Amino acid sequence: MTKDNSEYLIERRDNIYEVVIGLEVHAQVTSNSKLFSSSSTTFGAEPNTQVSLVDAAFPGMLPVINEYCVKQAIKTGIGLRAQINKRSVFDRKNYFYADLPQGYQISQFKYPIVGEGIVILDMEHGQKEVGIERLHLEQDAGKSIHDMDPQNTLVDLNRSGVALMEIVSKPDMRTPDEVSAYVKKLRSIMRYLGTCDGNMQEGSLRADVNISVRIKGSDKLGTRCEIKNVNSIKFMQMAIDYEANRQVDLIEEGKTIDQETRLFDTKKNETRSMRSKEDAHDYRYFPDPDLLPLEVTDEFIEKLKADIPELPDDKKKRFIDEFKVSAYEATILVSDIDTAKYFEEVVAKMGKNRDMKLAVNWITGELFAVLNNKNLEITQSPISAKNLAKLINLIKNGTISGKIAKTIFELMMDGDIDPQIIVEEKGLKQESDPKALEALIDKIINDNREKAIEYKNGKEKLFGFFVGQAMKASSGKANPQLINEILKKKL
Amino acid sequence: MSDITSLTLTELVKNIKDKKISSEETTKAFIDRGEKSRDLNTYITEDFSNALEKAKSFDQKPNFDLKLPGVPMAVKDLFCTKDVKTTAGSKILNNFIPPYESTVTQNIWNEGAILLGKLNCDEFAMGSSNETSFFGNVQSPVDKGLVPGGSSGGSASALAANLTPITIGTDTGGSIRQPASFTGTVGLKPTYGSCSRYGIVAFASSLDQAGPMSKDVKDCALLQEIISTYDEKDSTSIDFKRNEYSKELTNNIKGKKIGIPKEYRVDEMPKEIEDLWTKGIEYAKDCGAEIVDISLPHTNYALPAYYIVAPAEASSNLARYDGVKYGFRSRGENLIDMYEKTRSEGFGSEVQRRIMIGTYVLSSGYYDAYYLKAQKVRKLIKNDFDEAYKKVDAILTPSTPSAAFKIGEKNNDPVSMYLNDIFTVPVNLAGLPAISIPAGVDVKGYPLGLQIIGKAFDEQNILNIAYAMEEKIQFKNKITDWWIK
Repeated sequence: MTKDNSEYLIERRDNIYEVVIGLEVHAQVTSNSKLFSSSSTTFGAEPNTQVSLVDAAFPGMLPVINEYCVKQAIKTGIGLRAQINKRSVFDRKNYFYADLPQGYQISQFKYPIVGEGIVILDMEHGQKEVGIERLHLEQDAGKSIHDMDPQNTLVDLNRSGVALMEIVSKPDMRTPDEVSAYVKKLRSIMRYLGTCDGNMQEGSLRADVNISVRIKGSDKLGTRCEIKNVNSIKFMQMAIDYEANRQVDLIEEGKTIDQETRLFDTKKNETRSMRSKEDAHDYRYFPDPDLLPLEVTDEFIEKLKADIPELPDDKKKRFIDEFKVSAYEATILVSDIDTAKYFEEVVAKMGKNRDMKLAVNWITGELFAVLNNKNLEITQSPISAKNLAKLINLIKNGTISGKIAKTIFELMMDGDIDPQIIVEEKGLKQESDPKALEALIDKIINDNREKAIEYKNGKEKLFGFFVGQAMKASSGKANPQLINEILKKKL
Repeated sequence: MSDITSLTLTELVKNIKDKKISSEETTKAFIDRGEKSRDLNTYITEDFSNALEKAKSFDQKPNFDLKLPGVPMAVKDLFCTKDVKTTAGSKILNNFIPPYESTVTQNIWNEGAILLGKLNCDEFAMGSSNETSFFGNVQSPVDKGLVPGGSSGGSASALAANLTPITIGTDTGGSIRQPASFTGTVGLKPTYGSCSRYGIVAFASSLDQAGPMSKDVKDCALLQEIISTYDEKDSTSIDFKRNEYSKELTNNIKGKKIGIPKEYRVDEMPKEIEDLWTKGIEYAKDCGAEIVDISLPHTNYALPAYYIVAPAEASSNLARYDGVKYGFRSRGENLIDMYEKTRSEGFGSEVQRRIMIGTYVLSSGYYDAYYLKAQKVRKLIKNDFDEAYKKVDAILTPSTPSAAFKIGEKNNDPVSMYLNDIFTVPVNLAGLPAISIPAGVDVKGYPLGLQIIGKAFDEQNILNIAYAMEEKIQFKNKITDWWIK
């Protein structure tokens, strides 16, 4: 198996295979109420406490579309640079299951609300475009709980009727890394838009992964298998790895691949058959007669367009142009909307004499390390953007050294303390008075005459020794640049 | 004063408002008659003691500004009524008590009416004779052994037998008009979107419409103006200007153009139906209307299209009756087994037949040939009416191809049963309003009805035509109380 940045190929004997991947992402629409009822959508509530008569499919109950969810779907479509369909139709997808109270799911089959679009991935080897086939609105089902009672399956309908966007990609991905980048980018766009929180632990984002393999260079698609309901990026990558190799092995053995739906077993790290094409449900889709076709006007769409915030791709471009950060740095800064916000706030608070390099390094270095360690989101950062900007300015204007700054940074975390106060209280201000430093250095040279002579005789390595001594004598507060200059002069 | 129960709604309201009779007296009279008439099997659920309590409390604090002040009435058991069992005529909902009220019934209670009970109907409104009800067939008061029609058979029977002064039914393919025709009463199927479907047990969502059933056209107009409201809870409810139908009712229909569609002269139409129609045309002329021959060329395809669209929607609408959440459940070995047993035991054979037809026509490979084609036919039928309405204001046809038949007569012949809907079904497919008024009797003296079909939202016009013709026809229902011992 070969793996480098841009390729994911599977080699067997004389054959080299490539993997073709498409994703159907189910993203929960951020909305206080459900797609066709006014029940709450809050996560983690007591079972069956957020269920209306509509959600539980009582006789004579009728769905009424939640306009907010429609707006969210259209906004997402705009974020995906996609065609917004002014007329879309809700269909019934009929099947029986205990957690599907209506006996059908209301979805959009033939006429989705959003058509073709595009997502741009920033890969290490450059940009990659992934096509979007469509986005449609649909209801989530409830949850069957099989392990709480030995005799019975219990059903929780809190999720029943919650709005989902199904975002179908074209089969444009070729590597697990691209799949990861795609999901992250989708999530980023939706979080920028506020249309999906992207929380995979809570099930707000999950995906069906379509995988096929073919001899590299072929333009024919192989028979695909669909791996249902994978709920983490890591599992998606593991599932692809397993499934692609399984398919290649079958081909190499001269066997055929059955088009089927498979499940990824996260414990055994393998996929297994769920149902074959022959057993596939006949969903008997037909337009839901309880709902009129969904029609939106140009004006409605334009109004939503006007509300769209700056999205990651544009923001990245602006960061590069305006702040002169590198493309790589910009990608990191914009990947999460809150990081981008934090960065921009730091930049704003730094004022005129700002130092972008320092800002980027402190955010992506020290701050990210702390957040990672403490498992915090940037919105929960123990150090505010305002105070981080102050710290950076203290370095920039020579008040403190970078080394002292790290000490101060640690201290700041105890309640987001103003670094200026720490500098003053602890007397950590950098010694930048040349006269004081000269006196200090004179004393060191005096105390270490032999070494000074050795240095003069060519043992240049000893320069570092003198710097160290000077820093030690000043408790690290001496301005390193001045120390260097004075030492060079005096030695 | 004559017997309270034989009064029309309008007379009854006047008497109550004039304080000649109390709500309690009225309610008691209908309850007494109801109790004596159990052989008709019109009620699935009697709510008599509650009704009496409500009547008493109305009398204590009467509000005579309401349109139905303290008027007791029974409704079809397809309307969900809060805290009162609602079965849709099915075993599968035999124990179902809704915690909510349908919009249509709520509108009625808001005008001061009092619920007497829930009336028998074909199971999930699937039937034309009220023989598919889990609660047994309904007996027509017209004659012993006669069906009252269906699916609103309990409503029609109760109304004709004076067990309720007025009632409501639902009409998916003729379920108000056909029983009205069979029992010598008036029934209106409003424009689709006129009455909210919220809280009505669904049969075929794109066809279902609630409507009034009454002893005369004036009562019908009054009830229609009460039940027809725009409702945000029903996405197919239409926000159009609704008339005060009873106030604006007039018998002046001079110059109205009434179309006579030649395609409704079906083969083997009984002579008495033919004669009734001819008589109807004469009455219309007498009222000053102008008769125009028209063509509705796709009429022949209406019935087959209907029997694809309606079962298709029904097969999906009835999927929720699965034993999981409410209603009847049969124990099974596993989930699938439970579904199969629950639905096999919970649904009657006609419902099962339609679920199977519906499932079949929607299944992959057949969808285009059946469902999609039927939808195209539906469009053509609607276009036929649109064309016709360029020339006429309303259309006059017989309501049914025959008078009421005997209980059991068509049980083994579903197609012959379906043919009963031949004149009513096109109206539902086109979403139009239509009213059936009694216009004569067959050789046995069984009532026959005429149907007046209107333009969408033009209920006022067909009510006016019906009102004018009613005056000319002077139909008298000869019901002899033969079932009361």
